[in-house]
Amino acid sequence: MSFLELRLVSKSYGEGATEVHALSEINLSVDRGSLVAVMGPSGSGKSTLLMIAGSLEEPTSGEVLIDGAALQTMSRNDKARLRRRTIGYVFQDFNLLAGLTAVENVSLPLELDGVQARKAHAAGMAALEELGLADRETHYPDELSGGERQRVAIARAVVGERHLLLADEPSGALDSTNGEAVMRMILAACKQGVAAVVVTHDAQLASWADRVVFLRDGRVVDQTVPPPSPESLLDPSPQPSKR
Amino acid sequence: MCNTMSVRHALLALLSEGPKYGLQLRQEFESGTGEIWPLNIGQVYTTLQRLERDGLIESDEPEREGPQKGFRITESGSAELSAWLSTPPDMTSPPRDELVIKVLSALRVPGVDVHDVIQIHRRYLVELMQQWTRLKEDEADFDLQFALVVDAELFRLDAVVRWLDMADGRLKRAALEPPARSAVPRLARRLVVRR
Repeated sequence: MSFLELRLVSKSYGEGATEVHALSEINLSVDRGSLVAVMGPSGSGKSTLLMIAGSLEEPTSGEVLIDGAALQTMSRNDKARLRRRTIGYVFQDFNLLAGLTAVENVSLPLELDGVQARKAHAAGMAALEELGLADRETHYPDELSGGERQRVAIARAVVGERHLLLADEPSGALDSTNGEAVMRMILAACKQGVAAVVVTHDAQLASWADRVVFLRDGRVVDQTVPPPSPESLLDPSPQPSKR
Repeated sequence: MCNTMSVRHALLALLSEGPKYGLQLRQEFESGTGEIWPLNIGQVYTTLQRLERDGLIESDEPEREGPQKGFRITESGSAELSAWLSTPPDMTSPPRDELVIKVLSALRVPGVDVHDVIQIHRRYLVELMQQWTRLKEDEADFDLQFALVVDAELFRLDAVVRWLDMADGRLKRAALEPPARSAVPRLARRLVVRR
């Protein structure tokens, strides 16, 4: 069963002549363990889609289900708990808190959720270690490189028992090598059963996904079909053109 | 596939490490390109014969044939190799890419939405990139040459996707606000002038 499901989700801003349709009747489902990329140009509605999937914005119409539960039937408290416990967010600009060290940033969601400080710290350390940042534990965000900051942001997004990872242009302004590292981390989280959605305009990032969904003017216009075995690329005989 | 010129110089590069046999050169060429470019042994020997004829390599025993014949690079071979490494490949030719022609043609055909045509090609390219990325994910940690070759292919495909994205956006803007006739010389004229 899909862990995240959007059913006919639409979002519009303004009214009457100034009404803007940011999203129109989006259907999207993401299974546990799978990575879906949403590709589209600026203004196609990618970020809005992610905000709605993460319960940070309400759709104008349609339904969002996370692990089978409809967000619209949840109380504000339930939604807040869901955001703290189940959903991890990674944003382009990392959104780390400047006054907290790396490990404090990572363990913060757990502490907010009432986990004992010592346990939260241990979980935060474990997540940092997994991403090769154990020696940056006590560094503040401005003492970390761009790549390290993004790894801390990913550690924060997967710490504890998160099951849904939502990332908006997660490689931000990072170079290609760091961008690849970020995608490998997200993929590693998926291999542990996390459902992930990455929105990006970058085809190289999107190509790490199991499925790529194309958004244009707030609508899903197309998606990739599961590719054949990559071994076919190494076949010396010319490939039949699909065009 | 690899063109003849690249094979010639790739073999010189392998011989710059020391004398080698034909079969060994083929194996090293394939593993050195991440097994992406298969090379048949006939092509290896034909290329070696030409390199020898041109004085860029020499064989241990010119009269001997077969897999036990060894080859080594000559001084002029080393000079040729060094010049080739630092000479940029010719990338100056004007674009006559099939995909570019398809998109330009789609603009003229009644009843065809160029954005749909662009999307068909974009999806195809992204699917290809997914396959290459899957290969990289599985193997690149163990094989540096392979990772380099796959990266090159991904960047090549990525450049095409970016062009499609740009074309999509440019056509969308143009449809909203048709431009006044420009005084800038047209592409064809500019390319002619450059030659």
